[in-house]
Amino acid sequence: MSLKHVNAVIVGSGAGGGVVAKDLSEAGLSVVLLERGKWFTPFDDRKDDLRNQRTCVLGNSFGPDDRSPRVYVDGSGKEFTVDPRHWAYSNNAACVGGGTLSYGAMAWRFMEDDFRLRTKYGSVPGSTLDDWPVTYQDLEPYYEKAEWEIGVSGNDSNNIFRAPRKRPLPMPPLPANRDFQILEPAAKRLGLHPFHIPMLRNSVPYNGRGACMRCRWCVGYACEVSAKCGTQNTVIPRAIATGNCELRTECIAKVVLTDDRGKIRGVAYYDANGHYQEQTSDLVVVSCSAVESPRLLLNSKSRMFPNGLGNRYDWVGRNLQGHAYTGAAGLFDQETYDDLGPGASIAICDFNHNNPGFVAGGLLANEFLRSPYQVVTGVSGDGIPRWGKAHKDFMRKFFKRNVTVMGPMQEMPVFDSRVQVDPKVKDAWGIPVARISGRHHENDLLGTTFITEKAVLWLKEAGAIQTIPFHWTFLGIPSGGQHQAGTCRMGNDPQTSVVDKFCRVHDIDNLYVIDGSVHPNNGGFNPVLTIMAVAYHASANIVKTWKGTHGGV
Amino acid sequence: MDFAKLNRRAFLQAAATAAAAAGVTVGCSRKSTPWRFFRIDEARTLAAMVDQIIPPDQDPGASWAGVVNYIDRQLCGPYKKLQSTYRIGLSGVDQTSRALHGKLFSDLDSTQQAALLHQLEDGKAPGTIWKPILSSEFFSMVVDHTMQGFYGDPRHGGNREGVSWKMLDLPYPPIRGRLRSDEAKRNVG
Repeated sequence: MSLKHVNAVIVGSGAGGGVVAKDLSEAGLSVVLLERGKWFTPFDDRKDDLRNQRTCVLGNSFGPDDRSPRVYVDGSGKEFTVDPRHWAYSNNAACVGGGTLSYGAMAWRFMEDDFRLRTKYGSVPGSTLDDWPVTYQDLEPYYEKAEWEIGVSGNDSNNIFRAPRKRPLPMPPLPANRDFQILEPAAKRLGLHPFHIPMLRNSVPYNGRGACMRCRWCVGYACEVSAKCGTQNTVIPRAIATGNCELRTECIAKVVLTDDRGKIRGVAYYDANGHYQEQTSDLVVVSCSAVESPRLLLNSKSRMFPNGLGNRYDWVGRNLQGHAYTGAAGLFDQETYDDLGPGASIAICDFNHNNPGFVAGGLLANEFLRSPYQVVTGVSGDGIPRWGKAHKDFMRKFFKRNVTVMGPMQEMPVFDSRVQVDPKVKDAWGIPVARISGRHHENDLLGTTFITEKAVLWLKEAGAIQTIPFHWTFLGIPSGGQHQAGTCRMGNDPQTSVVDKFCRVHDIDNLYVIDGSVHPNNGGFNPVLTIMAVAYHASANIVKTWKGTHGGV
Repeated sequence: MDFAKLNRRAFLQAAATAAAAAGVTVGCSRKSTPWRFFRIDEARTLAAMVDQIIPPDQDPGASWAGVVNYIDRQLCGPYKKLQSTYRIGLSGVDQTSRALHGKLFSDLDSTQQAALLHQLEDGKAPGTIWKPILSSEFFSMVVDHTMQGFYGDPRHGGNREGVSWKMLDLPYPPIRGRLRSDEAKRNVG
């Protein structure tokens, strides 16, 4: 029996897809939201320090599992088939809410310059750097909508570099933890501008959910009191409550279906029982994040689209970016430890732009996690004993006497850093898997070197007796990671981008890509609030231009 | 208890006897061993190794904390692909030990064991086995797995009685906010 035709199929229920599902179903469109993972509840959070979305040595608690491998090509051209536990897999999550179920929930607005890097810095050799087709001012109302509908706490009024906002954040920051108290006066003495990080987390009861209980098991874990705000506990329940949105979990999208005239007619997928289904629709929104979205488009080959959808000019899957994370750890005489979550609390944006000798930059913030294994792996490097009695003495002495500051340095997009579909390897459903290859741009090395020095200076000023700078060593290998972005670029020119400024694929009227894939560049910030703002912006346009039939599922 | 004096072999034998008595023959275990994956001689070599990596002193060491059990269990689960690496690597450690001292690794004294591990770490250990598998890579892997088994959650078979968290003066479970009387909770808002 064929499935009832609907107005919209959205593939992926993360930061982008969740927002679109809510906006379309509230506007009266019938929506089917397909998600490859399960819908977890707060009770599924098991606070397992070896099996979570951040430290996944024993697996990812919120997916995917080994049924979904990927192929990774290193700098020398060697190929590896990797499972989701491998760092080169670039895993985010596979569950309702996507990465927003288990993220650290930093809620950054990009800066005005982040939307016009090409204008500000000029063309960068070896990079496809370009301006966005939208400005910060275009997105400002949608940033605000994300902050109020999904819920953000914090106070960035001391951040003199922030883009102007019309409305303050809806919730105050959580009280300062010990890292904050140690780092804030030091930053001020250095002439920097420290502030409370905006976070998608209830500091007070909000939106019908309680406040953060302040355990330090945050990034990588689901919140056991649902105080962390993701799409799974905000916009997706609202979408379902309209009666217009049906969420189907454990559904693996195979291809986006096209008709003879080049119009999209729906999505073919395998349901939770492994049965092949075709869900027809008036429009399709692809929101699978920057590795899986291009994979789905490239797997959707047809007579009309022999290279895959949106790929007439070979731009789908190009410009894969993440963040060049860097920073430093510092060892202290005094005790610095506290177990007050979420951990990350203080940041500076002094080095996001206008740095000497390289393009763009990134924020610096203190680190979330302080579980013992995390400290062993995170506070390591030159001069730190790896094993033996010296290691044990080190842990006894410094486990409670260390602070880490780090941050996401903006990467320059590289055309050859890319996602393709692998010609040989298939997943458990027989669908060709993503193949990740390429390299970083030299600017990333220059920038991380600079930012690392700043992290060291900040820690020293705060009283660190020894600092351990991170050596960023990823130049020759592909980008990606949890902050993956860039692979279906937004732009005005169909020959050098995949979607227009409303996230619609250039040559196909009823196909959209709405997730981090559309970012021309990824800011010196955790990208989630921008993904949400772009999704609100795009779905407002879908609703405004909608001429089809409205009706329930 | 003086953990430094706790005899590792006595512990392993006791553990083996206990496991055998309980009839534990889980997953990929062989009949001649109480472990899931390791042979008795492999477990002995690995126990000596992990006790060099995290040695017993005023706090228990890695083998007391169950690190061998942790690794054994993961080799029949998420680390299944590493079975042959462990099989080859552990025999390589004994091969190197025999070449240098004419004895098994677990029979060396502590100073000799540490020196040998430094050779592994530096990639300078003698032995034909260290051609297909680099000794430095094998050693790094065992160090990482030892850290997981010693510091990670006890549910995975290591960190017996939360021993490393006690050493670091962390409560069990180390989760603030679970108690109603929690100071932090009252401060919120």
